[in-house]
Amino acid sequence: MNWKHAFTSSIGKKLVMGITGISLIAFLCVHVYVNALIFVPDGYHKYEVAAHFLGSNPLTRIAEIGLLLGIILHIVQGLMLWSQNRSKRPVKYAVYDGKANSTWYSRSMGLLGTLILIFLVLHLAHFWAPNRWQQLTTGHERNLYAEMEAIFQNGIVVIVYILGCISLAWHLMHGFWSAFQTLGLSTAKYRPIINGIGIAFSILVPLLFIAMPVAFYFGWLPPAASFTEVAH
Amino acid sequence: MEHYNMNLTLKVWRQKNAQDKGGFETYQVKDISSEMSFLEMFDVLNEQLINEGKEPITFDHDCREGICGACSMHINGRPHGPWGQTTTCQLHMREYKNGDTIVVEPWRAKAFPVIKDLMVDRTAFDRIIQSGGYISVDTGNAQDANNLPINKDKADESFAAAACIGCGACVAACKNASAMLFLSAKVSHLALLPQGEVERKTRVVNMVDQMDKEGFGSCTNTEACEAECPKGISVLNIRRLNAEYIGAIMSGDDK
Repeated sequence: MNWKHAFTSSIGKKLVMGITGISLIAFLCVHVYVNALIFVPDGYHKYEVAAHFLGSNPLTRIAEIGLLLGIILHIVQGLMLWSQNRSKRPVKYAVYDGKANSTWYSRSMGLLGTLILIFLVLHLAHFWAPNRWQQLTTGHERNLYAEMEAIFQNGIVVIVYILGCISLAWHLMHGFWSAFQTLGLSTAKYRPIINGIGIAFSILVPLLFIAMPVAFYFGWLPPAASFTEVAH
Repeated sequence: MEHYNMNLTLKVWRQKNAQDKGGFETYQVKDISSEMSFLEMFDVLNEQLINEGKEPITFDHDCREGICGACSMHINGRPHGPWGQTTTCQLHMREYKNGDTIVVEPWRAKAFPVIKDLMVDRTAFDRIIQSGGYISVDTGNAQDANNLPINKDKADESFAAAACIGCGACVAACKNASAMLFLSAKVSHLALLPQGEVERKTRVVNMVDQMDKEGFGSCTNTEACEAECPKGISVLNIRRLNAEYIGAIMSGDDK
């Protein structure tokens, strides 16, 4: 294999986007599953156990490094593709009727991705970074349920989270199928299945994520103070 | 369908040569028949310009029956105008009504520089074909018919891909000015047949290399190309191109 072809040709660059994109979709499955456990009315026991398992397991810690690299690769390659592709039409059309032949979100992946990135920085600063820092310095994880409860008291934060999840939904609405197409897997036979799963995923996962800040904001979930701390 | 005449306002891109900056000129045309094709309407406009002692508008056209792919006009924001699976010569004036304003631009892409007015240089496509769009065959007498058995469905798929006329509407429509639909059609129609097997892997790698050299963008899968293709070439061909490319680089057959 000529590695130059694999990474720098126009198809190679897209392969990087597709492979990292599917990895991020796989991560979202884990993330949404574990976080949705807060809705299980068992005194947040299942959520705490799952979050602690992911937070303390060496394998998931290693996978986290892969995840971070994947995110960075997806962002850097995406921004580079966006700027390179823009340069391929130096003189723009005076009239360009994009909606006649394609969906707005398929043409706006760079914009949607940038919105998600802004949200992601805030999101990591809220939960991931302080938790890892405390884990590193004291060896104990933070009580993430209580953190969520505290952070989602702020209406503006909740709105930003909702907007972030809506950006994610539209990004996935195109990205899910697009990744499979780029990897050469979306054949005539499988395309309807991939499309169907993609649309369901793009709606359900962001909706579940949106439900979390909203539920805390409106006090639909029991307060953290009502639970006895699970010993780690 | 009832026949009627119309008066139109045309905003047409005029550019003296590749170096000229260019700009829009506004023209009025009168008594255009609804039964004319779009190009015939341009013929009327050009005669008018010649009679007025002005330079006629340069535009590509050849067969005027939808098979040559020459008539490259971007009409009101869409390649070949608003009709599905048609070229500009197949677009008829019954689409428009009296008093309409129509904006006509050349294909816009770095790889398709404007030669003059609405005419662009599409030789980049020829160079992509030269880089791999061929097969090796033994010389001598033609083989007997049906010497090479080919599945009907494969032959049909190959034929559908071979319907590409190389007009460049896919590039013109794509937000990235990508030539992936064109290239995927050219790769597909040979990759699906036993005759294309010998150069199968080197073909796809060389043609993608050439496409990148020519300055086309990469594919974002918006599918605008399929929607605007006058021959209805499917993006399933882009799927096949990607798979062929991955197969070629994974097997190490790319040099």
